[in-house]
Amino acid sequence: MQAFLIEASYLAGTALFIFSLHWMSDPKTARKSVAAGALGMLLAVLATWFRPEVTRHLWIIIPIVLAIGPGMWLANVPLTAVPQRTAISHAFGGLAAGLVGTAEYFYWFHMEPEMFTSFRTIALILEILLGFLTFTGSLIAAGKLQEIKWIPQRPWVYKGQQAVNGGAFALTLLLGFLLVLWPDRAWSPFVFILLIIMALNFGWMLVMPIGGADMPTVIAILNSYAGLSAVAMGFVLDNKLLITAGALDGSSGLILAIIMCKAMNRSFFNVLFGAFGQVKQQSATGEQKEYKSETPESAAAILEQANLVVIVPGYGLAVAQAQHKVRELYDSLKKRGITVKFAIHPVAGRMPGHMNVLLAEAEIPYTDLIEMEEINPDMSQVDVCLVVGANDVVNPAAEHDKTSPIYGMPIIQADKARTIFAIKRSKNPGFAGIDNELYFSDKTWMLFGDAKAVVGELVKSLSGGGMH
Amino acid sequence: MTFATTASTIDYWSMIFVFMLATFIGIGVIRRVSRLLHTPLMSLTNAISAIAVVGAIIVAGGEQYPTYVRVLGAIALFASMTNIISGFLITERMLKMFKTREEAK
Repeated sequence: MQAFLIEASYLAGTALFIFSLHWMSDPKTARKSVAAGALGMLLAVLATWFRPEVTRHLWIIIPIVLAIGPGMWLANVPLTAVPQRTAISHAFGGLAAGLVGTAEYFYWFHMEPEMFTSFRTIALILEILLGFLTFTGSLIAAGKLQEIKWIPQRPWVYKGQQAVNGGAFALTLLLGFLLVLWPDRAWSPFVFILLIIMALNFGWMLVMPIGGADMPTVIAILNSYAGLSAVAMGFVLDNKLLITAGALDGSSGLILAIIMCKAMNRSFFNVLFGAFGQVKQQSATGEQKEYKSETPESAAAILEQANLVVIVPGYGLAVAQAQHKVRELYDSLKKRGITVKFAIHPVAGRMPGHMNVLLAEAEIPYTDLIEMEEINPDMSQVDVCLVVGANDVVNPAAEHDKTSPIYGMPIIQADKARTIFAIKRSKNPGFAGIDNELYFSDKTWMLFGDAKAVVGELVKSLSGGGMH
Repeated sequence: MTFATTASTIDYWSMIFVFMLATFIGIGVIRRVSRLLHTPLMSLTNAISAIAVVGAIIVAGGEQYPTYVRVLGAIALFASMTNIISGFLITERMLKMFKTREEAK
């Protein structure tokens, strides 16, 4: 009876997880997602706790109680810090999988060496490799996103890196073979610990060479790895709930990574081994071109005449904490009967979907957040396109200049609008380190200054004008 | 060095089947997730992949394990519990922010 209830709970948990992800298809049903997911998790935890062999309750209660504080803290970080939080959470997930794998290995080694079938040993090795490499890799990714000083933002590359990585990979493969062949010899635990050390090293060796701009793809991939390590744990423990939940997570990370790669016109291989940072510098040469700049007052006067305004936000908007000012601008334009839409590039922000959350926090209705593919056909109808803190994602060079490092990347076609205003902090090039053709177009006027201050000025001029 | 007995071979295959089918379902479901919600999706799957908690509870609380193994399980339990709590709470927090024009007023 007990075994039946436990398995039935696991089955219900699996179904609830699938429903949870299914309801994320629409913001209207999404709130049910959390309830379904949390209920599934509660069932899983309780069912496991009620297993007959689980008797040391204090060993369960204490870690759970200790987790409440950090859990609450990580749930309440500012939304700009969500990418780092996500990376840390992947690190925790990887650590948990790695430690459970380690615990199982040593228990079997000492107590039940007959458990080491080839299948289980292979699964166990995959579990600790994926778990521990996700742990260190995610910590480095979190450090890069948090812009911690001693972790370089630029790709970290050195001569012979490929050879070192290849050698490390070959060594790991060799150690893995040894352990599968002889999991229970006196020296086997030594091999096991070497594998853990290799995995911990792999994590940072894989993420350090990847630049800050590619972190959205990297955290999606690490998301996938964290899920796959749970799958491997399911194989080791013969638990189908672990396998299904891990597989759902693994496929989610994979799809997000593919979307990110497409949005940057990069391949997986290129992100992971490309070291994007090196080629970028070349195109910064060329003749010195002139910007036309404009004051916020005259820009406001032009905005007032528009019927359709599209705002293209980039991460610079969040850095300047300008979301709430942008919402004020949105409100005062709406009050004049002007249609305002936001054009969201998939890589605007620092993780998949990040910009939507930042704008939703400022209470901008999600119905006015429009995806790149949807808004591009209408861009020629746009009277004024206001670019706030975005750069590479509106650079027309991506569409026609074959020598540009971002050539082929899909962009928001801001250049098709009748008038373009671009708010920019300084005259330096953007994240990818390249000049933006859009800024030199006849139709473009630059508004130099901090995004929050400039948008504030626009709002003030608009409301000032409204009095007359 | 063989794949053990016939009975357990069958079981391995059924696990691999489950993995494959769950991956296909995952891909099918995730592809339909609104792009607006990719960030909450990631924090939600974070919480769901903390299903590693199942292994952690078994190792931390299982009768048969010696203390040094139990300690590893307890740390793993702490890590996955942190992910469960923060993952669901932050997803809820973000989803609450997504409003239509009527709701925003």
